[in-house]
Amino acid sequence: MAPPRRFLLALAAVLLLSFSLTAAAFQSDELLLNDDEEFEGVGARPAAPSPPAAPTVSSSRRRSAEATSAGVGESNAVQFTLEHDLGGGEGFTPAGTFSARLKTSAHGTQTLTKLRFTRNELTEDEKDAFKKLLQEDGFYTIRLPSNVLDPTRKDNVVSSIKARCIPRDSLDEHIVIHMDGVNVLAVNYGSVGGCQYPRPVKFPSKWTFSSYTILKTAEQAPRTPSFVDQLLEADNGLGEVIKPPEKSFWAKYWMYIIPLGLIVMNAVTAAANIPEEQAAGQGQPGARAPAAAAARRR
Amino acid sequence: MAAPPRRPLLVFLAGLLLVASLATLAEAIYEDQVGLADWHQKYIGKVKQAVYHSQKSGRRRVVVLTEENVLSSLDLRSGDIFWRHVIDKNDPLDQLSLSLGKYVITLSSGGTILRAWNLPDGQMIWETNLQTSTASDPQLLIMSNNKVAKDNLVLVSAGRWIYAVSSIDGAISWEKEFSFDGLEIKQVFQSSENDIVYAVGISGSSKLALYQLSAKTGEILKDVQESIPGELCGEVVLGSDDVLVALNKARSSLFLIEFKSERISYNKVHLSDLVQDLSGTFKLQSLSNGIIALQTSSAVSLLKLKGTDGLEVVQRFDQPAALSDALTITEKDEAFAIVQHVGSQIEFLVKFTSDISSESIREKVNIDQNRGNVEKVFLNSYIRTDKSHGFRALVVMEDHSLLLIQQGEVVWSREDGLASIVDVTTSELPVEKDGVSVADVEHNLFEWLKGHMLKLKGTLMLANADEVAAIQALRLKSSEKNKMTRDHNGFRKLLIVLTKAGKVIALHTGDGRIVWSNLLPSLRASRFGGIPSALRIYQWQVPHHSVMRENPSVLVVGKSGAESSAPGVFSILDSYSGEELNSMKLDHSVVQIIPLTLKDSSEQRLHLIVDSNSNAHLYPKSPDALDVFLHEMSNLYFYSVDIQTNVIRGYSLQKSCDINGDEYCFGTKELWSIIFPSDSERIAISETRKMNEVVHTQAKTIGDHDVMYKYLSKNLVFVATMSPKAAGDIGSALPEEASLVAYLIDAVTGRILHRVTHHGAQGPVHAVLSENWVVYHYFNLRAHRFEMAVIEIYDQSRADNKDVMKLILGKHNLSAPITSYARPEVVVKSQSYFFTHSVKAMAVTQTAKGITSKQLLIGTIGDQVLALDKRYLDPRRSANPTQQEKEEGIIPLTDSLPIIPQSFVTHSHQVEALRGIVSIPAKLESTTLVFTYGVDLFYTQLAPSRTYDSLTDEFSYALLLITIAVLVAAIIATWIWSEKKELRDKWR
Repeated sequence: MAPPRRFLLALAAVLLLSFSLTAAAFQSDELLLNDDEEFEGVGARPAAPSPPAAPTVSSSRRRSAEATSAGVGESNAVQFTLEHDLGGGEGFTPAGTFSARLKTSAHGTQTLTKLRFTRNELTEDEKDAFKKLLQEDGFYTIRLPSNVLDPTRKDNVVSSIKARCIPRDSLDEHIVIHMDGVNVLAVNYGSVGGCQYPRPVKFPSKWTFSSYTILKTAEQAPRTPSFVDQLLEADNGLGEVIKPPEKSFWAKYWMYIIPLGLIVMNAVTAAANIPEEQAAGQGQPGARAPAAAAARRR
Repeated sequence: MAAPPRRPLLVFLAGLLLVASLATLAEAIYEDQVGLADWHQKYIGKVKQAVYHSQKSGRRRVVVLTEENVLSSLDLRSGDIFWRHVIDKNDPLDQLSLSLGKYVITLSSGGTILRAWNLPDGQMIWETNLQTSTASDPQLLIMSNNKVAKDNLVLVSAGRWIYAVSSIDGAISWEKEFSFDGLEIKQVFQSSENDIVYAVGISGSSKLALYQLSAKTGEILKDVQESIPGELCGEVVLGSDDVLVALNKARSSLFLIEFKSERISYNKVHLSDLVQDLSGTFKLQSLSNGIIALQTSSAVSLLKLKGTDGLEVVQRFDQPAALSDALTITEKDEAFAIVQHVGSQIEFLVKFTSDISSESIREKVNIDQNRGNVEKVFLNSYIRTDKSHGFRALVVMEDHSLLLIQQGEVVWSREDGLASIVDVTTSELPVEKDGVSVADVEHNLFEWLKGHMLKLKGTLMLANADEVAAIQALRLKSSEKNKMTRDHNGFRKLLIVLTKAGKVIALHTGDGRIVWSNLLPSLRASRFGGIPSALRIYQWQVPHHSVMRENPSVLVVGKSGAESSAPGVFSILDSYSGEELNSMKLDHSVVQIIPLTLKDSSEQRLHLIVDSNSNAHLYPKSPDALDVFLHEMSNLYFYSVDIQTNVIRGYSLQKSCDINGDEYCFGTKELWSIIFPSDSERIAISETRKMNEVVHTQAKTIGDHDVMYKYLSKNLVFVATMSPKAAGDIGSALPEEASLVAYLIDAVTGRILHRVTHHGAQGPVHAVLSENWVVYHYFNLRAHRFEMAVIEIYDQSRADNKDVMKLILGKHNLSAPITSYARPEVVVKSQSYFFTHSVKAMAVTQTAKGITSKQLLIGTIGDQVLALDKRYLDPRRSANPTQQEKEEGIIPLTDSLPIIPQSFVTHSHQVEALRGIVSIPAKLESTTLVFTYGVDLFYTQLAPSRTYDSLTDEFSYALLLITIAVLVAAIIATWIWSEKKELRDKWR
């Protein structure tokens, strides 16, 4: 397990270096584009088990470089908790924290950007519970608050997967969060690869999560094509009809020419044969007998 | 030498010519094919009001108003429909009356729209909009004997308003708004001697107000208000000329109110002194001459008014009975009818109000037991041949059917429960048994010969007009089509429909006749308290191999009350006979019914019923079924769409349940949820694939020989949400405020596969999901047009299976099992098109193997069904398709979808108030059976890609035989001729 870790660290260092070239201080969110769809692989980073914090909006307002340059609006840091249920009737317990930037656009709509996720370390109890879950092929369930700004609302979006789908070398998870403004519509929790039935029991060699998170918002439907303008233009114009390219004579009429040719050839050979026969018949009256003989032989 | 070779050639040519000419003839026959494979039935629904034409108008007709919002004129002799108007649901008809003997007056929309229709042909004469506060109980009174310019005034009262409208042109002659606070006018009636109109209203719960108005001007002549101690429930009837009878809120006593004198004086009568059993529904009805009928759920009591002093019970009917309104016979006398059940028969009594103790008519009528109780009676009188008064009555039964009773017989009946179909399923007919001879099917040999002679005459064009009609009739009821056995092509089936009244009716697809019907006892209101409602019908047992001898059966699920926690009822019926095999009242409610694909050893389908406590109950309750179920339980998931809270939830099943000791009850565990923010989105529709849908191919080959793999998942759910502001009618929201979001969701994991927003779009949304595509219909506020959008979803994870080498070496994942837990890589293609019509229902054709191309069946606003080829809704259409795409069959892009008049499935018919379209696959791959229902029923066969796998019914086998015979003859003739010629040559 060590070599990949080292590689990751090296990669992080390279990234860090490149960041520091563009900005004076390291801020991991600077290079990320203002994209609706963000993908951020956060390696299993042991984090101190944070207190079961309710979603909070941090009071300190930091101005991001982008926001100042665009002058669109301010962005606040937002945190919300991921909770999980390991079965056993204990209910949901905090399992990790999402932090993101809240961006307010000129229209007043708020969107989240720069989502980052920190998983809490699994406690021994949780490991045991997870093992039990693996053995009985149970569901591992997570949930998120349905509104990242309003912690008073009790609605939670839930997602589950068979626990046996998660373990690989470490515990691999893939979280897709569907957002509508600041509302979390749904969270899709899944394993990284496929997970086919029957699912064998497999314990991870390392009890840490490696998480991948994606933030998704709705696509815009394309407008229905309208040809009214084009039709009007076509009417006003001289109605130029694009003529298909002229075919060659042969391409057009080959189906007539070939049979005609065959008939002509037939006729020619027939015409050549008849005079010959007639000539033969006139010249040799006695030739009928061998012909009849030939017929009889047939 | 030259003549002989030409003869066979000539014969052959003549034969060819004959074939060609007949073939063109056969092509030309088109219009008379209508009605061969389809049928159309017209209904009106459950009658709630009926008025007869007066004697003078001569024609025997009745005008009825039904609960399906239909106004119709029926022939009293046959029950046929003369004319009919289906009024839109949001303009409910409340009252019906006749005026001047030639106009039908209707009052609708809570007393705001008054219309007059011409009685003979049903054309609308005039319409008047009245400005009233919409009242729950508007009243309509046609004034008689009013000599204001030979015009009959129509009085409409609703809320605080009274309008007088001329019945000739609909002009308002006067209007009156009473200033009394919170007044609601309950009764308007005319004084018999002078032009005075009385209006009785109730304000709040205890204030009674009485107004006397001039009929000519609407001027208030007198008004009296009086407080009545105790609360009035609003039910007020006119007991006699000067006494009103009102019921109090507790339904324990009646107030007898004298109103003609200067002050209102009243007297209170306790109902318990008169009638014992007062539970259930309660209705007061006034007959004339001081007779009042009191209808409770168990009995009808006739009460006689003794001034204001009190009431006395004259007669009491303990059987379930129905009472008609009083009908004026002579100046002084009025008659009314009572219909009650006596054993298996019904008894029809006519009494005169002057002499209540004796009967004018007492007749016993035999009726079908499957019609339930009598609900309503409408009495009509006629003059018999001996100049005495005869009576007949229209009777509305519990199953919504309408009967005409005269002279102790049912003259005709209409099965109008079919106007309110709730759900449809199908059943195969029994397999034909050996040893059924032709003579059994045809009535006898003579009939059979006669039929064939007629047909021969028709073919030889010797038939006259009568015979042509006879041939057409023969073709229509050709025994082949209407047999009660299974056919090779699977065209003959039973359509088993469940109606709102709780009646199950089996219709034959051949001609739409009723094979059997059964009014389910468990769904009848009289059995349990509360109003039961029929929910769904499913196939319960479809015998195949092991239990081939058994009849198939259907399952009907209902609930015994209106609220969601009401316990369910469960009934299993034999599909061939309609006999109820099993019926039970469930001890839990029914929220969701999930038919499973699993079957037990007797081939009964397993069903899961989810109750309001989120417990799932397994049916049938047999150990065998439990074994099958437990084996598959860990792989079963279900989801629920909660429109109220805007949440979709997915569940798995758990072994234990809250109810201890019930091993057929399973708990559920919430696996996923999607919460739509209620301030920006509301669920408008959710749609899933039909369970029995068959898909022929997983892959789609596109023009450049590339392959796209369809994402075929049975768990795909389409959900559309709308912004809350756009939930109203079109025009209620601005384009900026309205939006529609379409989702494709995997129902096992709750994964949102695709999500797309249409800005400026508004509902109503209709959608259909099939194979790997969804088509949905909505209104585009920006373009001011309806639109249809299509989303096709393709599986990208299989896209690299195109390599032939990989296929040969087995390195493909085509045979890998598909799991919902894997992260799907999907590609979505979408496109939207303008569409001219608004849509009432949408469906897609289903065929046996899924090879035939699909057509969308669109129920248009004109109550017709349009078959639109799916190729028009291909997201890959482009303005200038390449040569390859053209070869593939891609139609060049147009902005709107074409509506080809010939593609209306219903041709000239209209399926009034269309509600649903069902497509049932036939055994023949090319053909699908389409059943459309609303107030009317329509059935037809459809071949979306033409009948490529069978010859049509019109195919002339005789011609084929003649052609073959001619060809054989020609071959023989040429052979003989060539032999002869050869012989001659040899002898030369």
